[in-house]
Amino acid sequence: MKQLAEKHPAIIRWTHWINFPILFGMIYSGLMIYWAYPEFRIGWGNFTLFKLFPDWFNKSLGLEHHLAMGMAWHFFLAWIFAINGIAYVIYSIVSGEWRYLVPTWRNFGEAIQVALHDLHLIKKAPPQGRFNAAQRVTYTAIILMGLGSLLTGVAIYKPTEQSWLTTLLGGYRMARLEHFLLTMGFCAFFVVHIVQVIIAGWNNFRSMVTGYEITTQEEPHAERANV
Amino acid sequence: MPNEPMSSLPEQTPEEIARLEEERRRIAENNALVEREMARRSRRSFLVGGLATLGGLGVWEWIRTRPQDLGQPWPLRRVLDINEEFSRDLFTDRAKAPQFPLSAVRKPFRLNERIGMDDPLVPSEWKLVVDGYNTDEDEAHAELDMDAIHKMPRTEETVEFKCIEGWSQTAHWAGVKFADFAKQYPAPEGYDYVGMETPDAGYYVGLDLASAMHPQTLLAYELDGDALPEPHGAPLRLMIPTKYGIKNLKRIGRIFYSQERPRDYWAEQGYDWYAGL
Repeated sequence: MKQLAEKHPAIIRWTHWINFPILFGMIYSGLMIYWAYPEFRIGWGNFTLFKLFPDWFNKSLGLEHHLAMGMAWHFFLAWIFAINGIAYVIYSIVSGEWRYLVPTWRNFGEAIQVALHDLHLIKKAPPQGRFNAAQRVTYTAIILMGLGSLLTGVAIYKPTEQSWLTTLLGGYRMARLEHFLLTMGFCAFFVVHIVQVIIAGWNNFRSMVTGYEITTQEEPHAERANV
Repeated sequence: MPNEPMSSLPEQTPEEIARLEEERRRIAENNALVEREMARRSRRSFLVGGLATLGGLGVWEWIRTRPQDLGQPWPLRRVLDINEEFSRDLFTDRAKAPQFPLSAVRKPFRLNERIGMDDPLVPSEWKLVVDGYNTDEDEAHAELDMDAIHKMPRTEETVEFKCIEGWSQTAHWAGVKFADFAKQYPAPEGYDYVGMETPDAGYYVGLDLASAMHPQTLLAYELDGDALPEPHGAPLRLMIPTKYGIKNLKRIGRIFYSQERPRDYWAEQGYDWYAGL
């Protein structure tokens, strides 16, 4: 028998969906800022395997010569990003929603099993509640990464006013690298997240919009009836 | 409809079959109801989501198309100014840029731009013009040479210079604290801003007085132990580690006090006027 089950509270859904375009804007304006001094690369010694980022990347996204525009948007959207994220965390704590999300110690081991299951390498997935072990670990990491982006961002934005923070994070140049790596982490998460959402299907996606999902409860009598 | 029970199941009486059929009908009804309710909720949520998306795009489009204020749509310029107020009210007076040991200095100091330094420098002709400082005379005006600057108290600092582009470099500077300079050439009452320009006025910056009076703000004449090299703004440049490099004017030709924000070269190109770190 089908049932309508409440899954995601409204504040969780709103903060999630508000974060989506805001984080997109943060990354886009961040890339405009980064363009002005693109110091990072994948390589070792004098050998560069991949420049971060190649010219074709900057050109095709229209990132060139927009430092001032990037900064203006970045320091506007950052407020919304921070307030939205803090609202999510406060709500999660007050409502107790965090219990569905924050992983237990056992979840870390189970997360590997979930990943192997998703890759069709093992048959049986570990038991799960609202989120499976891999989701718990990943989503919690994403929240912590958001906090990390905020802190490394402040360390770069105000390295004098908040010099204690900049120093704590290893200095101005190190904070820049950390901020950059966290951004790359968000991009990697985004790709995996989209693939997983597509695989999980419509009922799951719809629950993040409406808050409800349809669950099926086994009815032993009817199943047996065969009429 | 086949009415034969499967061999593995026990015999079912007609009453039992009727009851199960009734139950099946009830489940089908319930399922249809659930699907209808879900469809109703979906319609509502996706409609709200769609409207919120349109609203968000509308806000973005509105900001983007507002009239420009110093190279930015005015709402973004307003946010930059709010960020400045937030910063000044909460932090500025207390904050000091970290000092580094001399071993942290990296040479040579990077050279970025020569804006405002197109004319060749003739050291003997250089002078520092000071306008609008506090005095009994109506039009306070002074012209100083480097000897006068060297006679003022000397201050040294090793700080990390930060370009707004993103690069940074630690260097050792020596010069006169602006605060010491201002003891001889103080700001008139109610003048909250300082302006500085190159001799040809090709490059100009505006500073709030509090930032100028910050104990780490130098009128610098030495870089890494040597007299300031020409490309780095000889004979006298601003070294203000609490601001991005764009405020660190080279080859200072004129300093003046102002009641309003003085014009600022890079702020006119869309950058934050305050540019505080």
